[in-house]
Amino acid sequence: MTFDDALDLAAAICLLLGAFLSLAAGIGLLRFPDALSRLHAATKPQVLGLLFIVAAIALGSRSMAALLALLPVLLFQVLTAPISAHMVGRAGYRTGNFRRELLIVDELENAVDKASREADAAGEPVEDRGVGPAPTS
Amino acid sequence: MDIALGIVYFAAGLMFTAAALLAVSRIVRGPSILDRVIASDVLLTTLLLAIGAEMVINGHTRTIPLMVVLAATAVFGTIAVARYVSKQDKPATDEPATDKPIPDEPALDIEEGSGK
Repeated sequence: MTFDDALDLAAAICLLLGAFLSLAAGIGLLRFPDALSRLHAATKPQVLGLLFIVAAIALGSRSMAALLALLPVLLFQVLTAPISAHMVGRAGYRTGNFRRELLIVDELENAVDKASREADAAGEPVEDRGVGPAPTS
Repeated sequence: MDIALGIVYFAAGLMFTAAALLAVSRIVRGPSILDRVIASDVLLTTLLLAIGAEMVINGHTRTIPLMVVLAATAVFGTIAVARYVSKQDKPATDEPATDKPIPDEPALDIEEGSGK
């Protein structure tokens, strides 16, 4: 087995792992019971799966230029995946789009109650506390 | 060696196909808009990974710019939808497997019609 073969094999293994993470996200989407747990499954391939695929491309093409061109892909994804997951999770919680009996602990409930009471006390209109930008808390 | 690589590539393609089909089925079935937006995010991620896998399999690097653009813009759709989800989008009932009613009131009391 030559060195080239070993690199090809490593690239193939990375490819397989990335594909497996993608498949796991698909299965999780179908099998998990509510939006928040589906979100958990969905965010796995966005970073780790992409990391594997980028590694596979770099190993397969064996060029530094390709790796440098792929770094922005990873950078963008690492920067934006948490934002979108946070937004979806936040909207999911605030619209009651989850099953409370599945939660073990709900640390956000007290904070939201508190913010809600404070807003009531301050006489803010209810519309300001909707699904939009966060209240002061 | 070549046969082993061929099998690996075939398996990877099969997994991507299955993942995309599962995501599409979740987009169709819902039940809420958030489930659909999560599933479409997964579909886009699968596409991104499949483009990368195709580069590995065919041994070229020509579609890297496509990956960069997809990775940079994938976030906008999700944020735009998540920002405007309203309480009316809560599913009335979940999957048939779950008989328990969904708790009616979330922690935050939003009046009907708000959040639009």
